[in-house]
Amino acid sequence: MREHSDKVMTAVQAVPYGATGRAAARPQSLWRHFWRRFCRHRLALVGMTVLMVLTLSTLLGPLVYHHRINDIDFAVSLQGPSLAHPLGTDDLGQDLLARILYGGRVSMAVGLVAMLIAILIGTALGAAAGYCGGWVDHVLMRLTDLFIALPQLPLLLLVVYLFRDTMRRLFNPELGIFLLIVLVIGGLRWMQPARLVRAAFLSLKEQEFVEAAVALGTPPLRMVLRHILPNALSPVIVAASLGVGSAILAESSLSFLGLGFPPDMPTWGRLLFDAKDHLDSAPHWALSPGTMIFLVVLSINYVGDGLRDALDARKVL
Amino acid sequence: MSRYLLRRLLIAVPVLLGISVVLFSILALAPGDPFGELALNPNIPPEVRFNLRKQFGLDDPLVVRYVRWLTAMLHGDWGYSFVSRLPVQQLILQRLPTTLFVLGSAYMLALLIALPVGILSAMKPYSVFDQVATTFAFVGYSLPTFFTGLLFILVFSIYLGWLPFIYSSTIEAHGFAWVIEHLRQGAMPITVLGLFEAASLTRFVRSSMLEVIHQDYITTARAKGLTEYLTILKHALRNALIPVVTVVALQIPTIFTGAVITEQIFRVPGIGSLLIAAIESTDTPVVMAITFVYAALVILFNLFADLIYGLLDPRITYG
Repeated sequence: MREHSDKVMTAVQAVPYGATGRAAARPQSLWRHFWRRFCRHRLALVGMTVLMVLTLSTLLGPLVYHHRINDIDFAVSLQGPSLAHPLGTDDLGQDLLARILYGGRVSMAVGLVAMLIAILIGTALGAAAGYCGGWVDHVLMRLTDLFIALPQLPLLLLVVYLFRDTMRRLFNPELGIFLLIVLVIGGLRWMQPARLVRAAFLSLKEQEFVEAAVALGTPPLRMVLRHILPNALSPVIVAASLGVGSAILAESSLSFLGLGFPPDMPTWGRLLFDAKDHLDSAPHWALSPGTMIFLVVLSINYVGDGLRDALDARKVL
Repeated sequence: MSRYLLRRLLIAVPVLLGISVVLFSILALAPGDPFGELALNPNIPPEVRFNLRKQFGLDDPLVVRYVRWLTAMLHGDWGYSFVSRLPVQQLILQRLPTTLFVLGSAYMLALLIALPVGILSAMKPYSVFDQVATTFAFVGYSLPTFFTGLLFILVFSIYLGWLPFIYSSTIEAHGFAWVIEHLRQGAMPITVLGLFEAASLTRFVRSSMLEVIHQDYITTARAKGLTEYLTILKHALRNALIPVVTVVALQIPTIFTGAVITEQIFRVPGIGSLLIAAIESTDTPVVMAITFVYAALVILFNLFADLIYGLLDPRITYG
């Protein structure tokens, strides 16, 4: 099976591995092929299942669960897990399960959107650098080096702290902070996708199908979007999936240091920030959000690993 | 070799300048004013405030302020903290040894764990040891340091009571007891940081060793009749360590930023907690100095990593 024709992302007559030279009876699309390779990685499947379960519960949980996130009830404050409150309560008597489910939405939304922004910026810049070459490439690579040298956490803390109030005034408090955090996290993580896309473009530019497209008179934008970019995407997909995990960790770190969302938004990092002063009297308070962060990031890492193995054309699965 | 070094240095300087520009613009664009609280004080007439601002040059154009700041930094005058009125250098130098002690030990621990485990995993891929080690690496990599830190405090300080969880830099003890006390209080932050670094390094060491072990010259060495021990140690390890050393040098700035969180949890009086305290009180000179130090560290260690890679790998020709 030729690796080159493998790369064209339309429905192709792909020969599955193991066939001895006769074409398969049924045509198999490329995505289907990758999905089957992915499924052979058991841990990645487990990770994906866990991720689906957690995402669905954060999306649907607050709709069906009877406790609200800010039902204050001092009579039950700092209680451990019980039938009425499956994960216990915090110092104001608020139900922890409800807060975790609600906060999960925010944490995961931040992770996804931040990574999307990083991918968009990175792909655009990487494609421009890879396709144009010359001084455009040079300038963009120096810009990338500059951003890589920026210390991420201090800068993140600084920008969020300084522009928090301005953003709150411009939009409403939650949306303002959400946009700020997402823009800063995404804006500091585009470098790796940019480099990956640029490397892929540099090698794909020399292929025959690009030459053919040029001979047909394809305009550059269409060439990039329709022909080269779809083939450059597989390392970006892997980087994207791993990037969601690290963006969630970054948002949790911010909230843990007290510099994230407003205090009434129960993101997981914020719950840990509130819980850390009550470790001796209420350990359950810190354990549940921490475990949730851990589970989500772990399953994302496993899924990313599975994707990397599935999309790597050289690896035999 | 010196040409290579010179070229890398020449690239490093504009990057450092660029970072300083970015930093300065962020802080200059931000709302907030060091003399803001004076505005609320009825005893200070507006003219005094205005004169103070003029004296400190707060109303000058951005470029002028930037150049003034840059020349002062280069002369070693890092300004005075708004909050404590101490010179910024003094503040940073006071806290630097603690941070370096914790980080240095954490990194040593990480290397001590990652190197043997990674090498053994690569020697027997997909064995039980390898599966367990890879799982531990994944788990360690996904556990955020703040959660591990809290777990450690819960187990070792609260339940078992073995280790203190607040770091004190003024320990009154002598000789051996002093060392023991320092080790006791440093054990948890060092372990938390070290384990996190070890997790990511193990995977890297393993993949680097795996790549080397499949090379032809290893097969030749085995065919010649060399013991497995000699093959691995003398031939495979040296070549596998080249990218590992580079990554180790490149990860050092990451561990500095990771230490910021650990210092908050364990209340270690280091540079990270100084940064957080300075951000929360809008202590601009301290924030700029520390962020600049971090950026300089990144560039320094990138340079260092390039240098080491060039030294270790004879295939690199610097033209």
